[in-house]
Amino acid sequence: MSATKDIRLMKGNEAFAEGIIRAGCDGYFGYPITPQSEVLEYLSIQKTKERTGMVVLQAESEIASIHMVYGGAGCGKRVVTSSSSPGISLMQEGFSYLAGAELPCLLMNVVRGGPGLGTIQPSQSDYFQAVKGGGHGDYKMIVLAPASVQEMYDFTKLGFDLAFKYRTQVMILSDGAIGQMMEKVELDEQIPRLTDEEIIKKYPWVTTGKTSDRERNYITSLDLNPARHEILNRKFQAKFKKIEQNEVRFERIDCDDAEYLFVAYGSSARVCEKAVQLGRAKGIKIGLLRLITLFPFPYDEVARLAKQVEGILTIEMSAGQMIEDVRLGVNGAVQVEHFGRLGGIMPAPEEVLNVMEEKFIKTKVYA
Amino acid sequence: MLETLPITKEEICKPENLVYSRTHLMTDAALSYCPGCGHGTIHRMIMEVIDEMNLQADTIGVAPVGCSVLAYEFLNIDMQQAAHGRAPAVATGIKRLMPNKFVFTYQGDGDLAAIGTAETIHACNRGENITIFYVNNGIYGMTGGQMAPTTLPQMKTATSPFGRNVETMGYPLKITELIAMLPGTYFVTRQSVHTAANVRKTKKAIQKAIEYQKLNKGLSFVEIVSNCNSGWKMTPVEANKWMEENMFPFYPLGDIKVPK
Repeated sequence: MSATKDIRLMKGNEAFAEGIIRAGCDGYFGYPITPQSEVLEYLSIQKTKERTGMVVLQAESEIASIHMVYGGAGCGKRVVTSSSSPGISLMQEGFSYLAGAELPCLLMNVVRGGPGLGTIQPSQSDYFQAVKGGGHGDYKMIVLAPASVQEMYDFTKLGFDLAFKYRTQVMILSDGAIGQMMEKVELDEQIPRLTDEEIIKKYPWVTTGKTSDRERNYITSLDLNPARHEILNRKFQAKFKKIEQNEVRFERIDCDDAEYLFVAYGSSARVCEKAVQLGRAKGIKIGLLRLITLFPFPYDEVARLAKQVEGILTIEMSAGQMIEDVRLGVNGAVQVEHFGRLGGIMPAPEEVLNVMEEKFIKTKVYA
Repeated sequence: MLETLPITKEEICKPENLVYSRTHLMTDAALSYCPGCGHGTIHRMIMEVIDEMNLQADTIGVAPVGCSVLAYEFLNIDMQQAAHGRAPAVATGIKRLMPNKFVFTYQGDGDLAAIGTAETIHACNRGENITIFYVNNGIYGMTGGQMAPTTLPQMKTATSPFGRNVETMGYPLKITELIAMLPGTYFVTRQSVHTAANVRKTKKAIQKAIEYQKLNKGLSFVEIVSNCNSGWKMTPVEANKWMEENMFPFYPLGDIKVPK
């Protein structure tokens, strides 16, 4: 009677789509864009209405998609949209409104190279936009960085849980490589969608029709009274602080005895993982701090490792965005350098190991 | 004076003498609209119909940015405040996930016919089973009287101070006629609330629109041409006269698309 595991070979985008279905998603609204179109295609062929009752709708734009998400989220439904960089830029208006109205939802960005129309190849140049807040106003969203197809799947349920725990947006910040590559994925049992009655009981703030047993509910990000609006903003900040205290996630790879450290996330972390192996085969004690949450950022862990290692190299497929947060954590304790490839090019493990050696090891001056 | 009346207040205020009262679906909050504006009447008509049809517990309204952005302060129903122009998308999200609820948007002309044109046309074209109440006063009221997509030719506003020159500023957009052409719309009408007779007609149109949504007929669209005496810089009486003489010839009242 041993239960056989449900393991499949899937693209990252497909694993995300299957993940949201199994995590009990109520509605997905999206618009095609390379390199994440498989999400909407996969959901469309899955006949989700028959499978779980989940609604899938192709919207007229990314702007419409995110505001459909807003409407569904305001009813307490588990709603999702996904896109790639140019489409995510269009959604920033909606992200800001969702933050102001404190609506939970799951977002996914399969990052491609920018700026502008850029390229359809993988990139990590949307870090600032995701982590520092791309829309107007003081807000943050939880940002999860998958480094495998399995995590594209796993982070859907985690994302929903965090979104509803804090009434916040959660973004899975993926990239063209993680979205397009195929790996094996272990799938879980289907989580049933909540009924309207369960939603109303769990989330008393939802707009599902005013009944005689409660006052009317309304979803808004507006308050014209500056004194009240400041209180509201302080409440948001307290929530983000709580998230920073409770939800930092990272993975330490060969860090215990490391003398040199890579800090990376997503595809770059996969490259660095291989570079750590290559370096250790040469006798260099290298470790990797792989970030799983980009907000909240593991400043404390970075600070701890900064006291242990002789140099930190951040690897990003960007001109250097995450490095600013690494330096905040390091706070001058050790030298921090950046290496990145731009325009949709992924670095090779040998390439990043070579940079580590050039910047820290070959130039080392022995007393 | 009161004690000299042959009948006391207490004798008058008895339930059996009550012929009309304010619907409890309007809250006690003072309306933020200018005196003479049509929004208050339109709010009340919609709430009266929802009350009479016993739909309070099944209604979710969406009001985006514009003079009616604070509608949730005045309407005693569940509501969502949407971003400028995005109400039809927000309402789509709600209705698709809560198909048994009555979902409406309440939008102005700048919101619906300029910044939200794409959301409006595509919600109409998909035949979303929602109701759009569209209040057209030919101007951006909340931001202080700027030119709207519906501003009439030669009409003076804060951003067309010498009158709307159609050669450089474009023509007013008859979006209601445009969306009536789309197969997804079921009932499209244009009304006003500037006289008692028109208020009654508007109320009937609202009733029809809600009935059609209950019957899953697709999108119903009720335009209400209204005045903006502050933005037009007229007294309410002058504004209504101006509306009759100038707005109605361009935006004629009546049903535009009715079920066959």
